[in-house]
This record gives sequence, C-alpha cells and structure tokens, in this order.
Amino acid sequence: MESSNPFPELKPALAIDQALSEASRCLYCYDAPCTRACPTHIDVPAFIKKIATGNLRGSARTILQSNVLGASCARVCPTEVLCEGACVMHDVQKKPIQIGQLQRYATDWAMSHGMKPFEPGPRRAGRVAIIGAGPAGLACAAELLRLGYEPQIFDAAATPGGLNTTGVAEYKMTSEFALREVGWLVEAGVKIKSGVRIGVDVQLADLERQFDAVFIGVGLGKVGKLGIPGEELDGVVEAIEFIEALKVRRAQARIGRHVVVIGGGNTSIDVVTQARALGADEVTLVYRRSADEMPAYKHEVELARASGCRFVYQAAPLRIVGRERVEAILLSPMLMGAPDASGRRRPEPAPGEPLTIDCDMVVAATGQEKHLALLEMLPNVKLDHGRVLVDERTMQTSNPRYFAGGDCVSGGQEVVNAVAEGKRAAVGIAAHIEALGGGVRLEVARG
Amino acid sequence: MADLKVNLAGIQSPNPFWLASAPPTNTGDQIMRAFDAGWGGAVWKTLGEPIVNVSSRYSTVDMNGQKMMGLNNIELITDRPLHVNLREVAEVKKRYPKHAVVVSLMVESKREKWHEIVKATEGAGADGLELNFGCPHGMSERGMGSAVGQVPDYACQITSWVKEVAKTPVIVKLTPNVTDVVYPARAARKGGADAVSLINTINSITGVDLDTFTPRPDVGGRSAHGGYCGPAVKPIALNMVSSVAKDGEVKLPISGIGGIASWRDAAEFMLLGCTTVQVCTAVMHYGFRIVEDMIDGLSNYLDDKGFRSVNEIIGRSLPSVSRWEELDLNYKIVARVDQSKCIGCGICYAACTDGAHQSIAARPEHGRTHVEIVESTCVGCNLCSLVCPVDSCISMVRVDTGRPPLTWKQFQEDPSAHKHLGPHNAH
Ligand SMILES: Cc1cc2nc3c(=O)[nH]c(=O)nc-3n(C[C@H](O)[C@H](O)[C@H](O)COP(=O)(O)OP(=O)(O)OC[C@H]3O[C@@H](n4cnc5c(N)ncnc54)[C@H](O)[C@@H]3O)c2cc1C
Ligand SMILES: Cc1cc2nc3c(=O)[nH]c(=O)nc-3n(C[C@H](O)[C@H](O)[C@H](O)COP(=O)(O)O)c2cc1C
Ligand code: SF4
Ligand code: SF4
Ligand code: SF4
Repeated sequence: MESSNPFPELKPALAIDQALSEASRCLYCYDAPCTRACPTHIDVPAFIKKIATGNLRGSARTILQSNVLGASCARVCPTEVLCEGACVMHDVQKKPIQIGQLQRYATDWAMSHGMKPFEPGPRRAGRVAIIGAGPAGLACAAELLRLGYEPQIFDAAATPGGLNTTGVAEYKMTSEFALREVGWLVEAGVKIKSGVRIGVDVQLADLERQFDAVFIGVGLGKVGKLGIPGEELDGVVEAIEFIEALKVRRAQARIGRHVVVIGGGNTSIDVVTQARALGADEVTLVYRRSADEMPAYKHEVELARASGCRFVYQAAPLRIVGRERVEAILLSPMLMGAPDASGRRRPEPAPGEPLTIDCDMVVAATGQEKHLALLEMLPNVKLDHGRVLVDERTMQTSNPRYFAGGDCVSGGQEVVNAVAEGKRAAVGIAAHIEALGGGVRLEVARG
Repeated sequence: MADLKVNLAGIQSPNPFWLASAPPTNTGDQIMRAFDAGWGGAVWKTLGEPIVNVSSRYSTVDMNGQKMMGLNNIELITDRPLHVNLREVAEVKKRYPKHAVVVSLMVESKREKWHEIVKATEGAGADGLELNFGCPHGMSERGMGSAVGQVPDYACQITSWVKEVAKTPVIVKLTPNVTDVVYPARAARKGGADAVSLINTINSITGVDLDTFTPRPDVGGRSAHGGYCGPAVKPIALNMVSSVAKDGEVKLPISGIGGIASWRDAAEFMLLGCTTVQVCTAVMHYGFRIVEDMIDGLSNYLDDKGFRSVNEIIGRSLPSVSRWEELDLNYKIVARVDQSKCIGCGICYAACTDGAHQSIAARPEHGRTHVEIVESTCVGCNLCSLVCPVDSCISMVRVDTGRPPLTWKQFQEDPSAHKHLGPHNAH
C-alpha cells in the first residue's frame, strides 16, 4: 500500500484502437469552433484527421506549431470549458470528441519517437532575457528560437516548469512528466538557468545591459495570509507549498486526518482531491459565498464531491485554535449582501454563533499573491492591482523593452493561456527588435 | 405475416435468404446449422477438380473504424474431396427436404467433365446447380471461372453441355469483370440456363502494406489480385442486377448477390428484380445469426406496406429505372437548411464551395459558423444534404419552375422545346 501510487491518472492514455475510432468520429468541421475555443488556436480538425490517417508525425507537428507545450496542455487543460466545450457534437446530443486525449496521443508519440518539439530558425541578431521557466516563459523561448533569436531563461526555483512542475494536480500530470517535457524543449535549444532570482541574485540593470528585450513570466506567488489568529500554529499551511510538497517531495508530504480547506477556486479543489488521495479521513471545503458563486469549474467540483468532500458554504474563517498544533477552526456564518465590483454578492458576517470544526490541518487556498517585490522594481512598467499591464496584441508593457505574459498578466488563468501569451509576446518582441534595426546585444554578451 | 416462400426457376425455398457459395457453405455441418438459424437455402461451396490453397487468403477495406466495408479473397474452390462433399449433400437434403440445396460447380472446359460432375451432383440429391463462371482469381488462370464468364460464346457453350444432362434447374453465376454484364447473361439464356445469379467478386487489390511494400494479402512477400465483395460492392451489384432484369432478351429469374447484409439490402435487390438473394461476407463477419433479423425485418416491412407475399415486391422498382434521356429536365429542387437543427460545422459550406456550385454563404455568428443557401444558384445536386452530419437538417425541396416536363429525348426530337428549359439548365 505504501509504495502504490496514490494519484492514478484520472484519464489514462488512449490505446491505438481507441484513438483511431475517436479520431474518426470527428466531423472535420470547417472554421471549427474547437479551434476558436483553444487559446492557442490549434487546428484541431487537422491534427485529428492526421491521427485518423496514421500521420502521427504530422499530427504532432500541427499541435506543436500552435502550442509547443501541447503535451502538457493535453493533460491539464480544462477541455470541458475550452475546445471540447465548443465541440459541435454537444448540439447533436453526442459526447464531444476527446480532443485532449487525442492531443496527448499524438504528442506522446512525438516525444517517444525522437521528434523535436520545434526547429530553431535561421539565426538573427537579438538576445532576450526571460524571467520565469513556467509555461509562459517556455513558450516564449521556443517561439523566439523558432524565429531565430537567442532567448535565455532565468528561474528562481530549483526545477524548471513553473506550476506545471509544482502546481498542477498530480493525477492530471506528474512532476516527472512536466520535467520530461521541459527537457525535451531544452534538447531542442531552450536555455534555462535555474536557481536564479531576478531582482535578488541578478539585477534588472544587468539584464538590460546584456539583452535587447526582457519577457516577464513570473506567474503568481504563494497564497496570502488568512489574517486570523492561530495562523502560526503547526498544521496550518498554504496551498501552493502544500501541493508542491506532495508533488515534488512526496515522501515528506504530511497529511492530517481531518483537513479543512479554505477557498472556492480550482486550487482548493486540487487540495481536496489530493488530500483525500493521500489518506485524509475527512476533508471539508469552506467557502464564504454560496455554491452558485464558487469560481471552481463545475466538473472540478464534481471531482471533489466524488472524492467524498464535505462543503460548507457561506462561512469565513474566524480563528484557528490549538495548543501547538491545530485542533479546530472557528467559522463565522456569512450573509450574501449587495453585489460588489465583480458583480457577485458581497459576503458579510451574519449574526449568530461561530461554527467550530475539529481538524488537525488547515490549508489556505484563498488566492495567490502577486510577486510585487520584483514587479514594482521593473522600470516604467505599469501595474494594475499588481498585474502587469500589456498591449494584448503584442504583450508589450508600458516600457517598450519589457514584455509580459501568463499569470502575472492575467492574475491567474490556465497553462494554455500562458502558452498563448508567451508565444504572442515572442512575436511582439521580434517585431520590436526588428523595428530597432535588429538586436545589438549579441556582441556584448559574447565579448 | 406476409408469405416469404419463393420459387426460383423451380427451386422452392421457405424464404429468399440463401447462403452464397463460399466458406459459409463449405461443409454439410455448417449448412445444417445455417438452416437451423433460418436460412432458406444454400449454394454449396464450388465443387470441381482438387486444388490447393495458400495462406493468407483475405484482406479488407476498413473505413473510419468500420471493419470489412470490402472483403478481398484469393481462395480457390473447395479443397475437400468430391465424394465427401457429395455424401454431405445427400445427408443435408435428407434432413432438410424443404430447404434449397444448390450445388456450385466448376470443372475444365470439357464436355465429359461437366457431364460427369452434373450427374454425380444430381445423384446426391441437389435441388439445383449453379455454374461458377465468375471466380476472378486463380481458377481463371487455368481457363475456368471468369475466363469462361468473360467470353459469352464459352459461357453459352458450357451451359448447353450442362443442360444436355441436367434434370434440375441450372443457374449461371455471372462475373462483374466485364464491360457489360448483359452480354454474358444473354449467352447463358442462349445456352439454356434457367436462371442467373450475380454478382461474383470484382477483381481487386485492397491495399499495399506501406512498410513491407507488399500488397495485401501477403503470401510470403508476394500477392495476387483477388475478388472483392462486401458492403462496398452493393451499388455495383444493384446496377448489374437491374440491367439484367430490364434487358429484353435475358428474361430469366435472378438470384441477387453482392454486399447484402440486412433485410433492407435484400429488399432493394428484390425490388430491382431478384427472386432470391445470396449472402457471403456478412455471414463471414457476423455468423449465421444475422438471418433472424433479415427474416423478421423483411416480414415487418412487407406487413407495413400491405404486401401479402414477398413475390409482390420482385421487380417493383424496375419501371422507375430509366435512361437519363427520359428524366425531366424541368424538375427542380433546392437545398433548405433548418437553422434550428444546424450545428454550424460548416461542412456543407466547404463541400459546396470547393466541390459543387458555390451556393452556400457562411459567416461567423456567436462563435459558430452560420450558413445560408443561395437558392438562385443552387442546382439541387444534393451534395450539402449528403455531407450534413445532422439528420434532416438540410432538406431538398421542390420548387415550381412553372415549366412543363421536358426530357432530353423530347428536346432532341423537337429542338423548339428549348424555350421550355429553365435558366439553370439552358446553357
Ligand atoms: C494549484 C494549481 C493548479 C493548477 N491546475 C491547472 C490545471 O489543471 N490546468 C491548467 O491549465 N492550469 C492550472 N493551473 C494554472 C497554471 O498552472 C498557470 O496558469 C500557469 O502555470 C501559468 O504559467 P506562468 O508561466 O505564467 O507562471 P508559473 O507557472 O507560475 O511560472 C512562473 C515561474 O517564474 C519563476 N519566477 C518567479 N519569480 C521569479 C524571479 N524573481 N526570478 C526568476 N524566476 C522567477 C517561478 O519560479 C516559476 O517557475 C493551476 C494553478 C495552480 C496554482
Ligand atoms: C459527380 C461526379 C462527376 C464526374 N464526372 C466525370 C466526368 O465528367 N468525366 C470523367 O472522366 N470522370 C468523371 N467522374 C469520375 C472521377 O473523375 C473519378 O474517376 C471518380 O470519381 C473516381 O475517383 P474518386 O472516387 O477517387 O474520387 C465524376 C465523378 C463524380 C463523383
Ligand atoms: S468541433 Fe468537434 S467535431 Fe468539429 S472539428 Fe472540432 S472536435 Fe471535430
Ligand atoms: S444542392 Fe448542391 S448546389 Fe445546392 S447548395 Fe447544396 S451543394 Fe450547393
Ligand atoms: S452541414 Fe448541416 S449542420 Fe453543418 S453547417 Fe451545414 S447545415 Fe449546418
């Protein structure tokens, strides 16, 4: 029992006959809605048709051309609300084509058959510093290489991949796979320096001296403090670190018997399902608004429900109690008041007794903080509530040499959005460099 | 319940469903199990001189995950001794006196050889004989099978030799590997045949293995062309059947063969003039049990349509099979899209724009493709309605041209009639 994998794949890979029959179900739509719904606009009917004809190399190439992280997206994309959600099959009461699973089939083939994820283009002058080896930074680097430029990624973490490696639920994609995919990109020419914190170990001024442009793909930080008494007790943890520990250092991951998870987003669902898989007897999700307002996807909520999670709505954490370790959490019942700026009703404390839940672990999953320390250091780069402001078409910031994409721009979306933005930024950076008459930092860097 | 009994040139059968001469009729045991399952008759696997077979023997055409759309084989006639087969014929006939047991024959083109085998077969109790003038591979290299069926004089000659001694009805099985199947059919009639059956298999190579470069089926790195059958050949068979049925000279009862897998297929063959139908591939695919729904479905169909006997549908569609020149040039239909059913797949747009008459307009609307038919240029070809994946989403509707019916034939006879041609076909 000890050694068996607590996180079996939710959607195991398709076998060849399954892939062929699923591929042949696709209608090969013209101007297909699935393609439009994919943030990286993969030509879905084209790659599926190629699977059906046995042209797996061409299929993988079609995918990777649009989305160089097609292999991880195939596993982690919430396809229910993206491509598969738009599939016309819904309209004829049929199951949508399993686009994600077919994408996995083709990209798995590519990775196991010595294919390259992309081909670097003919060299052009121009060096680009990329801060962050998450999906946004990786996609930006691959596209820059394809366009002929020389990107260099710096990442603060010990291992590359960003949340692909440390955040995504293990039953969707393992850390090992995420790292294998990064390795695949590295083999094709992507250069990553891990363990380098920009703004601490290397200053922005150094980057400016050595590079023609800078891409910011730092994502988001950890979940912020709950700001309630008892938070310092043993057994109170923050979701991002908790998930990273169970993914990357599984042996050390400690799980309580009764875990309370605070927050109503997809991250809290991931905590719930994985806590259950690791052996928690009871898991309770606490959300301050009502079920209808919970931002987590419906299909994710169903997963949590199926795992046996208990939901407590309209309750906010008041206080955590215990001697050294957590023993219980006190919740304040909430009332739904007038709509706030987001259009959702604002939760307000309701009169009445606080609710007490006995527990030995509390995981805060209430929303990630911004990397303000670095972002506020960026010269002349405008922020909006801690998000980097960009021109959506080019991903250029208010400082023309700085571009940005991914969660640090969106405030937290999906891997596929980060890929799309990283790629778009690469095109923007290329245009910027060419408009200045080509890159000038090449010699400096070499000299 | 409608009466399913039929009589093909004197051969009685409890229903029109026969097994074609092929692996399913290789042995008496198989045929008896088939009769138990409900088959009305069987044409024994072709008897003749001893042969040797190769392995492998079959290959297929699969489509979109659907197996055996077409089946190709390089098997020869029976590889079991003649006396064993004849002993089993006698046994089957004794146990199933009401079922039709027809025996397929093929020997060298020598009069005595044919006389010999006809007598032996009838001696065993066969209800009828089927002369295999159709096998397109192997046997044809030795001057038999389709080598006979392709030369009307040979077909006529051998049929007449058989008729010199035969006491039971003689069916001539025709090969489709000819330019016009009506000529060998007429030759069979001239030789004295009592009925014809068609089609035998079509010369084919189903494909080439892209790794070994050997076509399929692979016999030790070589392959030979085979005979093609299964659902893929049904349209070819239907056309050949109808042309034989409509011919003014052949005028023989027909046993229809080629891609029949359901009662619907059978009904279509019968509507185009067949008295019985024969099945091979579908049984090789699913077994004898398929006959249950063939009988049940055909009976229900006949009941629904108010027919008392299956004989009432034989040839019923033949009057509407006409020559192109007899079609009304002023009959006009156009496509109509039911927007409430359209799922916006855009397939009709791609098909009409690139493959037909540029008569569908498409534009994005709410993230979907919205299509509209341009009726003024639509020629009513059906293409869009054929490619549309949604049932009855595109219908083809009649539009009144206000012009009198006019056929090409009439137009040729009276050129002044061109004033009655509509603008859509007046060039
Ligand atoms: C728990 C969780 C589960 C998720 N599950 C899914 C899912 O199933 N499917 C899905 O599509 N999306 C999921 N997401 C969202 C997805 O992971 C992110 O949208 C995506 O990873 C964003 O990519 P990014 O490159 O912008 O940022 P990140 O992936 O966060 O990468 C940022 C990188 O920047 C580095 N960095 C930060 N600061 C510095 C610095 N100063 N110097 C150098 N490097 C720095 C970090 O070390 C990190 O490697 C999930 C997110 C979370 C939190
Ligand atoms: C609607 C239609 C019209 C055709 N008209 C002609 C024709 O006028 N002349 C011709 O030589 N072949 C004609 N063909 C046959 C095609 O050229 C081709 O030989 C045939 O369709 C087989 O090829 P395919 O099924 O692989 O497409 C026509 C085919 C179709 C479907
Ligand atoms: S919408 Fe569905 S059926 Fe159409 S191309 Fe996309 S996956 Fe295929
Ligand atoms: S019927 Fe033919 S011409 Fe008319 S719209 Fe459809 S495809 Fe085009
Ligand atoms: S093929 Fe049918 S469903 Fe598809 S767009 Fe055309 S009309 Fe609509």
